[in-house]
Amino acid sequence: MRSGDRNGADAGEVPQRVPRDAAARARLSGTAVPDMPRLTGHTAYAYLVAMSIRHGLLALLERSPMYGYQLRHEFERSTGATWPLNVGQVYTTLARLERDGLVEQTGESDEDGKVVYRLTDAGHAELTGWFATPLAGADRPRDELAIKVALALTTPGVDVRSVLQTQRTATLRHLQELTRLKAVADGSEDTAWLLVLDSMIFRAEAEVRWLDHSETRLARLAATQRPAGASGPSTAVSTDEPSDEAVRR
Amino acid sequence: MSTGAVLELRGVGRVHGEGPTAVHALRDISLTLRSGELIAVMGPSGSGKSTLLHLAGGLDAPSDGAVLVEGTDLATLSRAELAAVRRRSLGYVFQDLNLIPALTAAENVALPRELDGVRARDARREALDALAEVGVGELADRFPDEMSGGQQQRVAIARALIGPRRLVLADEPTGALDSQTGEDVLRVLRARCDAGASGLLVTHEARHAAWADRVVFLRDGALVDDTGAAPPPEVLLTADGFG
Repeated sequence: MRSGDRNGADAGEVPQRVPRDAAARARLSGTAVPDMPRLTGHTAYAYLVAMSIRHGLLALLERSPMYGYQLRHEFERSTGATWPLNVGQVYTTLARLERDGLVEQTGESDEDGKVVYRLTDAGHAELTGWFATPLAGADRPRDELAIKVALALTTPGVDVRSVLQTQRTATLRHLQELTRLKAVADGSEDTAWLLVLDSMIFRAEAEVRWLDHSETRLARLAATQRPAGASGPSTAVSTDEPSDEAVRR
Repeated sequence: MSTGAVLELRGVGRVHGEGPTAVHALRDISLTLRSGELIAVMGPSGSGKSTLLHLAGGLDAPSDGAVLVEGTDLATLSRAELAAVRRRSLGYVFQDLNLIPALTAAENVALPRELDGVRARDARREALDALAEVGVGELADRFPDEMSGGQQQRVAIARALIGPRRLVLADEPTGALDSQTGEDVLRVLRARCDAGASGLLVTHEARHAAWADRVVFLRDGALVDDTGAAPPPEVLLTADGFG
C-alpha cells in the first residue's frame, strides 16, 4: 500500500484511502475563517503561524522578489497548504511591511500590472533575527485547555473526569485524522508538510498524555482523601461531585 | 466481505468472585469489529483491556453476554471446537516473546498452516508470501534472536494472519519497541487491515491508537467513550467547541 500512496496527497491519481484524506486536508485548510486558519480551534498552533505571516512573507522574498498572489501561493505551498492565506491578508501584511521599511516595491509590475515587492536590508536583518531567536513561552497562545480543566476542578457541579474524557476523545479523533494524512503523505517528497504534520501529531499526543496524567492525579488525590474522611486544607477537590466521580474507579 | 462482523461482543460482562467481594472486570461491553477494520482499545491499567482481549480470543468466558467470532457464539462450542476456532480463526500478537526461538521466521509463520494440515512445502511458500507482505521477506531464514524487536513483531503479525485467519488480537504489540519501530509495526497492521484483515489492538500509546479506524476507551471495565467509526472531518474541526 505504501508505494501506491506515492504523491497521493496531490490531487492526481487516487489510491484507496485518499479521497477521504484529500477531502479532510482540504477542510483542514479551508478558507472560511479569514484571519485565523482553521486548525486554530483545536491546537491553537496555527495562531502562532498567523502571527508569523510577516516573517513568512519576508522569508519568501528572501528567495526572490514576488508579487502578492505569488507570495500567497508560495506561502501555502511551503506550509503544506495547512495555513491558507487570502490575498487580502497578503496585501495588508505587505503594506505594513512596506510602512516599516522591511520591503519595498521594485517599480516593476507583471503583465497584469501587479506590483512586485522585494526585501530591503532592514527586512533581511529582521528575517535573520527571527530565525536566530527562539520562541519564548510568552509568545505562544495561552493554553485554554489547561485553564478549562483548572476551572472545572474548582467549579461546583462540573464533572472534571467527563471534561477530560470528552477532550481525550476529541483529541484522539484529531490524532486519527492527522495520522491518515501522514499515511498518505509518507510516500511523497513533501518534507515541509511532513514536518508540519509531525509537529501537530506530537502536540496532540502530548495533550492526550497530559489528560491521562491529570486523570491519574485526580484519582490518586481522591484515593488519599477518602480514608482521611475530611478534605485537607489545600485540596482543590473539595466539592462532592468531582471527588465522588474520581473515587468510582 | 465488507459487511460481516468478524468479532462481535454482545453485552459482555466478566465478574471474578461472588457476592459482596465480586469484582466486575468488565460490564456490558458491546463492540463489533468488521472485516477490514482496526479498533484500538485504550484505558489505564486495570481498566479491563486485557480481559477484553482474552474474552475476544476465547481464552476466557464471559459471565454475561456473548462473544461471536465470525458469527459463531463461542459459548455454544465444545472445548475442542473452541480450541479449533482459536487456532484457525484468529491470531495473537503480544508485547514480546511471540515467536518460537528454535524456529526460523518462515518456520514460525508456516507452523499454523502445517497444523492446519497443509503440506510443508505449500506452508513454506505461503509463509514466504506472508513475510513479504509485512516487509520482512528477506529475513525468512533468520531465527528470532537474529532479528530486531520490530522485525519479530512483523513476523508475528504475518503468522497471526496466515492462511484463512482474518482476525488479529494485539496486546500492546509496540510496548517493547522504540517509537519509530513501534509506528512501523502499526503501519504493517494498518496495511493488513486495509487488505481485508481485522484487528483489535490494545495500547496505551495515543499515537499508535490513532492508526485505528476507531478508538474505544475503557474505564473500570466499562466502555466510556468512542471516537466512532471513520470520524467525519466536520467533527474534528468543531471537536473542542465547548462554550
